[in-house]
Amino acid sequence: MHTIKGERITQAVAQLFIRANRELPPDVCAALAQAAQREESPLGRQMLASLVENARLARTEQMAICQDTGMAVVFVELGRELRVVGDLYEAINAGVAAGYREGYLRNSIVRHPLDRVNTGDNTPAVVHLLLTPGNKLKITAAPKGFGSENMGGIALLKPAQGRQGVVDFVTGVVSAAGANPCPPVIVGVGLGGTMEYAAFLAKRALLREVGAPAANPLDRELEVELEREVNKLGIGPQGFGGRVTAFAVHVESYPTHIAGLPVAVNLNCHAARHQEIVLEGEEE
Amino acid sequence: MEPIKLKTPLTKEVVGQLRAGQSCLVSGVIYTARDAAHKRLVEMLERGEELPFSPEGQLIYYVGPCPAPPGRPLGAAGPTTSARMDIYTPTLLAAGVRGVIGKGDRSPEVVQALKEYGAVYFGAIGGAGALIAKTVVAAQVLAFPDLGPEAVHRLEVKDMPLVVIIDSLGQNFYTLGRAKYATV
Repeated sequence: MHTIKGERITQAVAQLFIRANRELPPDVCAALAQAAQREESPLGRQMLASLVENARLARTEQMAICQDTGMAVVFVELGRELRVVGDLYEAINAGVAAGYREGYLRNSIVRHPLDRVNTGDNTPAVVHLLLTPGNKLKITAAPKGFGSENMGGIALLKPAQGRQGVVDFVTGVVSAAGANPCPPVIVGVGLGGTMEYAAFLAKRALLREVGAPAANPLDRELEVELEREVNKLGIGPQGFGGRVTAFAVHVESYPTHIAGLPVAVNLNCHAARHQEIVLEGEEE
Repeated sequence: MEPIKLKTPLTKEVVGQLRAGQSCLVSGVIYTARDAAHKRLVEMLERGEELPFSPEGQLIYYVGPCPAPPGRPLGAAGPTTSARMDIYTPTLLAAGVRGVIGKGDRSPEVVQALKEYGAVYFGAIGGAGALIAKTVVAAQVLAFPDLGPEAVHRLEVKDMPLVVIIDSLGQNFYTLGRAKYATV
């Protein structure tokens, strides 16, 4: 058995959120550059060039890429042979609070959806915990802006609606979102499971390297079709019209019930921010 | 095409010549307000009170900026989704505000008010918070400091890049741009 102290997790989470908010990952930078090559709209190309410049400025001048520094979403993969000393959730939230304070990031979280009082430190985080083999701890920090989060959707389709039903729903969500989610977007699609699990899969799909294909051949085929259909919409960069509405569509699936076909769509803006770290414990 | 240079406050005549799809560079003073500040501003107008700034000819920018890092007037400061302000916008335009800056589509009521009052809806580059912050020369909290990032800020900007989304004739660049490239 190995152990890891809560303070190490706190420090790691703080640094991950500061870095995620300032440094656009290389795959997202590459997606911006590739989009600029295939975009036909001159204004669209100009917008993509501005976003490349924005990413450069944020990285070199250590500023946030976007003022919506997001709700802190954290995916934790905890090795079964690793024991956390202290409370894992407290350690993560302490890291979020420290990172947002030290990084001059915006506090965007309210304590209740109805009374809407700001918590003042961007906590609490949304934590997804998965148990994995081994003795390591992998933390992925994904600050999620709500311009794009607000434009997602979920449908509980009938099995008879099948693949076409899924294509129509996903395309409809992106179409209705228009300029709001800051296109070009990454479209995360969760297929199957239960209602809440489909939504989880859609979120997790956004963490994949931009454009990396799904493992399952059925999901891969669906990704190709969805990307083609979504990019026919003409929304384009910033919604000003153009060929590149989505950089990519990522589908994740899971077995589901004989009576159901849940499908969830989670959109990510062009500033698809995430950073990860793997921590090793100490031997007991 | 070269962007049109504009200096705030804006007259009805200048705004009346702007057309959907034109790129502009705005300089001068603009005021920030998003959800919570809009609610308060509209409540002040309903009570017959003076606003924290004189609205005539001014631009309101929908933004909740990041805190200012040391040595800078402001942190990242890109636009937020405008639709959440739709219910408040006609009242502010009626009070003299000449234009608003955000991202995303607006309600038919807002389009009608833009036409009625000769005002304009600009889009700022969504997600370009660092780039836009570089055009902010000075910033100060003007009202509602308790709202934190949602407080009303007075910003002095130089050559802030904007695109005319809905002009005073009601023409919508999102609709026009999309129709040009849609293949469905």
